[in-house]
Amino acid sequence: MFGFVVFLLSETVIFLSFFVGYIVFKTSATDWLPPGVEGLEVRSPAIATAILVSSSFVITIAERYLHRENLWGFRSFWLLTMVMGSTFLYAQAMEWLSLPFGFTAGTFGGTFYLLTGFHGLHVLAGIVMQGVMLGRSFIPNNYAGGEHGVASTSLFWHFVDVIWIVLFALIYLWQ
Amino acid sequence: MSDATLTALPKTEQPHPGAPDNWKRFFTFSTDHKVIGIQYIVTAFFFFLIGGLLAMVMRGELITPAADLVDRTVYNGLFTMHGTIMLFMWTFPFLNGLANYLVPLMIGARDMAFPKLNAVAFWMVPVFGVILMASFLVPGGPSQSGWWAYPPVSLQNPTGNLINGQLLWLVAVALSGISSILGAVNIVTTIVRMRALGLGWFRMPVFVWAVMSAQIIQLFGLPALTAGAVMLLFDLAVGTSFFNPAGGGDPVLYQHFFWFYSHPAVYVIILPIFGVFSEVFPVHARKPLFGYPFVAVSSLVITGLSGVVWVHHMFASGTPDWMRMLFMFSTMLISVPTGVKVFAWVATVWGGKIQLTTPMLFALGGLVMFLFAGVTGIMLASAPFDIHVNNTYFVVGHFHYVIYGAAVMGAYAAIYHWFPKMTGHMYYEGLGKLHFALTFIGANLNFFPMHPLGLQGMPRRVASYDPEFAFWNVIASIGGFILGLSTLPFILNILSSWVQGKKAPNNPWRAIGLEWLVSSPPPHENFAEIPVVVSGPYGYGSNEPLVELAESKAAE
Repeated sequence: MFGFVVFLLSETVIFLSFFVGYIVFKTSATDWLPPGVEGLEVRSPAIATAILVSSSFVITIAERYLHRENLWGFRSFWLLTMVMGSTFLYAQAMEWLSLPFGFTAGTFGGTFYLLTGFHGLHVLAGIVMQGVMLGRSFIPNNYAGGEHGVASTSLFWHFVDVIWIVLFALIYLWQ
Repeated sequence: MSDATLTALPKTEQPHPGAPDNWKRFFTFSTDHKVIGIQYIVTAFFFFLIGGLLAMVMRGELITPAADLVDRTVYNGLFTMHGTIMLFMWTFPFLNGLANYLVPLMIGARDMAFPKLNAVAFWMVPVFGVILMASFLVPGGPSQSGWWAYPPVSLQNPTGNLINGQLLWLVAVALSGISSILGAVNIVTTIVRMRALGLGWFRMPVFVWAVMSAQIIQLFGLPALTAGAVMLLFDLAVGTSFFNPAGGGDPVLYQHFFWFYSHPAVYVIILPIFGVFSEVFPVHARKPLFGYPFVAVSSLVITGLSGVVWVHHMFASGTPDWMRMLFMFSTMLISVPTGVKVFAWVATVWGGKIQLTTPMLFALGGLVMFLFAGVTGIMLASAPFDIHVNNTYFVVGHFHYVIYGAAVMGAYAAIYHWFPKMTGHMYYEGLGKLHFALTFIGANLNFFPMHPLGLQGMPRRVASYDPEFAFWNVIASIGGFILGLSTLPFILNILSSWVQGKKAPNNPWRAIGLEWLVSSPPPHENFAEIPVVVSGPYGYGSNEPLVELAESKAAE
């Protein structure tokens, strides 16, 4: 667990570097948004944000069930977290498909897709980790071994959520 | 240290079930930290030889003012690959290998915290090595933009091929970053969580302190370089414009990402070498390390300060004056904790029963060259002087005194010091001393002339130069060839003594430290019984034992 926390601190620096890049590009750009783009739509990403942030509470409930050795309670809420994470990813994919600009549309296009894409990869990694933990919960007598992985996965999920809150504020609220 | 303590620990190597117990184990996906350590060290040294050969071609080119041995394009590829190989393929893997081998032994652990992750991190090294070397074979040859890969130069792709030298360079550097971050997570976790009972922070050898401090830099600095490399990769391969001024990007931002890591990277290299000096001097001068707690903590202070010095590489990049002042001050400040170490080593050696063994000679030689590097470092920290000699050979000279003079000499000191422990054989002292003499003379002849050349105004990264610079260049090239020659007695010594050298005792230097309590080479899982540490690591001259064993205690 300590090693995982250390790893997440290192990951934070990668995200911070991208955030710094975004701020530098935005504050120094003369033409920030690509031609013909007025701004990003906020409503759908805000709903996706609400779902992702709520999933942090859901995963905590799942963990509590595990501590009380209620495996079915754990599995239900754990699966709900996975569904919520997948919904977030689906919403992001839909947004990407609807946008009129691409990765190479100036520094805005580049940083937008880089940040949301890199974060999306983390969400995907989190869902895969959750899937593995869910699978492990069905292996008989694996309860003690699974708990450590569950705690790390949960921590990773909270990390992904916190990063998204900063990212959402930077990209969607500060337009 | 009592003999009872020494005999209570294992003397023979016990192979673990299913693992080959001969040279073949070094070619397997082993999870034993000692095997991985030697795998790292040997791989790194292989690339050191390649990087050195590239340097010799460059010195061959520079022996005359005209570009007559290789053309300018090839020369650009040579200095780019020399720098990249020496930093990413030699120093980092070598020091990771040393840390891998020694840290668990020094802290009384059976292995690293994550043995499989450890093996994965190592096996990434040959992979990115092959990717990097493949760039010699692609159309257009290897990257020509220097090891710092500044855009917009690094964004040029004259061949138009997607797979080009610069792309392979960026992929290799990004992979190297991932490998090093995994290694750092492992090493820091091992040190924080797996120390033997009684091994408090201030009973930990300075080498372990130094390795931990260096790995903290890897954890917090390397992601910035990786982020910059990924963005540059997209600019080059996909056509984004993060750092491309033509598309509204900011090339100076890349310099910030690059130097935010790459200046502290010098401390990633030099801190473990400081650790080596701190282990070698007390043993071979038979004295306790002077000011141990200060030397230990100064590594962490250097780590902290290393995060606020990067802009001194950008004094000539349009940096505003207030920022130049700030970073000039912070850069000079780092000489304080460094000075603490230097004075402590001098005080340790002072009045000691100095034994001029090969590791001691290399450590003393490395210290002398580091002192010189430190003085020119303070000169370069001063913005007015730095702007004057910016992009001249003065900077190259300073850098090589740090990296070759201190780091490579320190690396050799480490190899000779721990060679008996790693292989179970003694090296040949005569060949070792010949190696030292050639290295010290060659390095100084090679790198000292770069300082007057820089002051006279000879620019770096050029294949041809004005004839007025010829004298010092000839001297430097002769030094370079001597330096190249110096590796021959080393290779001969290591190979022959590994195969047929005199059997090494468990503790040939009569040193204090947990690694010297186990057999040479150490058994699998290191300790039959995890020792309880009862005193500090530098008690030379005192009779208090270093460890206590439950068995011996029960017998009392």
